[in-house]
Amino acid sequence: MIGLQHYLTLAAMLFVLSIAGIIVNRRNLILLLMCIELMLLAVNFNFIAFSRSLGDETGQVFVFFILTVAAAEAAIGLAILVVLFRNRRSINVQELNTMKG
Amino acid sequence: MQNIYLTIVLAPLVAAVVAGLFGRQIGRIGAHSVTIAAVGLSCVLSLYVLARMFWGGAEAENTSVYTWAVTDGLHMEVGFLIDRLTALMMAVVTFVSLAVHVYTIGYMHDDPGYQRFFSYISLFTFSMLMLVMSNNFLQLFFGWEAVGLVSYLLIGFWFKRESAIFANLKAFIVNRVGDFGFILGIAAVVTMTGSLDYAEVFASADLIAGQEIEVFAGSPWNAMTVICILLFIGAMGKSAQAPLHVWLPDSMEGPTPISALIHAATMVTAGIFMVARMSPLYEFSETALAVVIVIGAITAFFMGLLGIVQNDIKRVVAYSTLSQLGYMTVALGASAYGAAIFHLMTHAFFKALLFLAAGSVIIALHHEQDIRKMGGLRKYMPITYWTALIGSLALIGFPGSSGFFSKDLLIEAVKESHWHGQGAVYWIAYLSVLLGVFVTALYSFRMFFLVFHGKERMDAKTRAHVHESPWVVTLPLVLLAIPSAVIGWVTVRNVLFNDYFGESIVVASRHDVLAHLGESFHGSLALFTHSIQTPVFWLAGAGVYTAWFLYLHRPDLPETIRKRYSGLYELLDNKYYFDDLYIKGFAAGGRRAGTFLWQKGDQLVIDGVLVNGTATTIGRLAGVMRQLQTGYLYTYAFAMIIGLTLLLSWIVWFQ
Repeated sequence: MIGLQHYLTLAAMLFVLSIAGIIVNRRNLILLLMCIELMLLAVNFNFIAFSRSLGDETGQVFVFFILTVAAAEAAIGLAILVVLFRNRRSINVQELNTMKG
Repeated sequence: MQNIYLTIVLAPLVAAVVAGLFGRQIGRIGAHSVTIAAVGLSCVLSLYVLARMFWGGAEAENTSVYTWAVTDGLHMEVGFLIDRLTALMMAVVTFVSLAVHVYTIGYMHDDPGYQRFFSYISLFTFSMLMLVMSNNFLQLFFGWEAVGLVSYLLIGFWFKRESAIFANLKAFIVNRVGDFGFILGIAAVVTMTGSLDYAEVFASADLIAGQEIEVFAGSPWNAMTVICILLFIGAMGKSAQAPLHVWLPDSMEGPTPISALIHAATMVTAGIFMVARMSPLYEFSETALAVVIVIGAITAFFMGLLGIVQNDIKRVVAYSTLSQLGYMTVALGASAYGAAIFHLMTHAFFKALLFLAAGSVIIALHHEQDIRKMGGLRKYMPITYWTALIGSLALIGFPGSSGFFSKDLLIEAVKESHWHGQGAVYWIAYLSVLLGVFVTALYSFRMFFLVFHGKERMDAKTRAHVHESPWVVTLPLVLLAIPSAVIGWVTVRNVLFNDYFGESIVVASRHDVLAHLGESFHGSLALFTHSIQTPVFWLAGAGVYTAWFLYLHRPDLPETIRKRYSGLYELLDNKYYFDDLYIKGFAAGGRRAGTFLWQKGDQLVIDGVLVNGTATTIGRLAGVMRQLQTGYLYTYAFAMIIGLTLLLSWIVWFQ
């Protein structure tokens, strides 16, 4: 029987995986965006698991909202990425350090 | 009457403004006409006021003209207290000022700063009148500082001369030292009585005398003694008493009319006038009077000695002024305020006369001031010769001259001041004034003989041009010579013994030496005929004889004496090393302290450590902190996650 804890474990694994992706990846900005998407999905997993376990649909409604917003965010993120590439001819994360103090 | 008083004060001010601001438009003749007219008006009105007091028996008037400010119950007013003391001072100031104004036409006639000069001396007359006519401490202080300012401007009149700038700065700074005491004294008066008005302060004098002030913690002083000594420190600065006398000889860098008006006749006597005016206060403090008499005695004798070794004609007269101011101060200390003011008056005439005569000699010799390069001027300049003779005789107290009456009675008064006790104070004072007579006669006639008699020591070119000065120079000499000769004879009884000063000068009956003298006073003639029995006459005679012997009869002797007693000569020639002490000690020390504070305090501590130090430290810290800002997104994300984890753990475990 697959219980709540299995879903939560999966969500936690996905979340940590995405964090690791963000920290470890130093080459590609697209991967960064994908990791952020993954992080949101991990959170969605938690919402759905708790919603099912507690018998409350509010969590599932929330997931729809988050998915929608994430889609919009991905669109914006990709647009920024394109502009960035046009300006700098590179999407290498290692080179994006203009905020360095 | 108030309109008359206002006219007396304001006429010179208006003239000063006109001559000063519109000097170019009105020209030279316009400048001297307007100032002389204004001062002449003041003089005539002042003489009228004096005549009303002297013969008309007019009462003292105390009027307030204008309230400048009221703060916390303290009234700051402009007002006039016209009593007999003031009236006498007004007449002396305006008369001498008028004579000097006329004289200036001749003395300064080819000077480019002609209008400026007339503006300044008119401004001086205004300031001095404000000082003497004031009825409160604030206006007194205003006048006090204003005459100081004009004195500063006039000593440095020839501002392109290095020495003039040095002298006027010196005068200004030394006067500041005195004024520091003066303003502390005024502050003490205000603290004690809550009033600046003379009448109110004098009315509560006995209350002040009953209180004590702790000047230094743990040593209570009588409040009146403190106030009087502080005020007297102001007088020491203004009236050039030792040890604040050093500015007066140097002030001779100014034009000669100024030396006559400001540094002999009027401004330097402001201190004497002030102490006499404050007599209701001084009478309550015998300690302060003892200080006054000792300072005066030291000045009278030791400054006179310096006159003997000076070679600059004006400096000889300057040292004699110092010495005579010392005499007046001694009289103040002996509670013979009347004698001090009387000597002030006669001194104003004969000393202004001597200065103007010296100026006349200086013009004739084309601005040569060294008496070793003069001599035999008698036949070239008869008017100057005779007027200078009258001035010198008055200065040494020759029987019958004005100086005789004032100085003789002054010395008698000091002799009678037994209430100082028979100790050191009394004998220092009495011996100083007595021996001072010999010294005065010696240096006066040394100068007189060297200038007007003996060999003609100027060079041939100068000698060819020597002639008597024009009438604008000799007229003031004659104008001043008349009072120098006769005013003592005429006024001695009225001023000193007929209670002329009335309530304007208060003397405790125990101190009243003048009343004591008055009992044995039988008129000017009696005083004149008895003069031959007094030590003063013989001492003065001895002084003149010594001067004649040394400088006319055996002109080789002074050189021998100088070589024999070279140590003493060095001491006198260096003015007791006061200048060295002040310039190398206080001034250089002050500059060294200033340099130290500038380099160490300002540049190192404030600029280096506090201001720039703060900036450098913050910069260095920021340099370290900056390492945290890598600019990489993942670093920030990592920091966020670590932070989140820590926060969550804290909530889970500790809540």
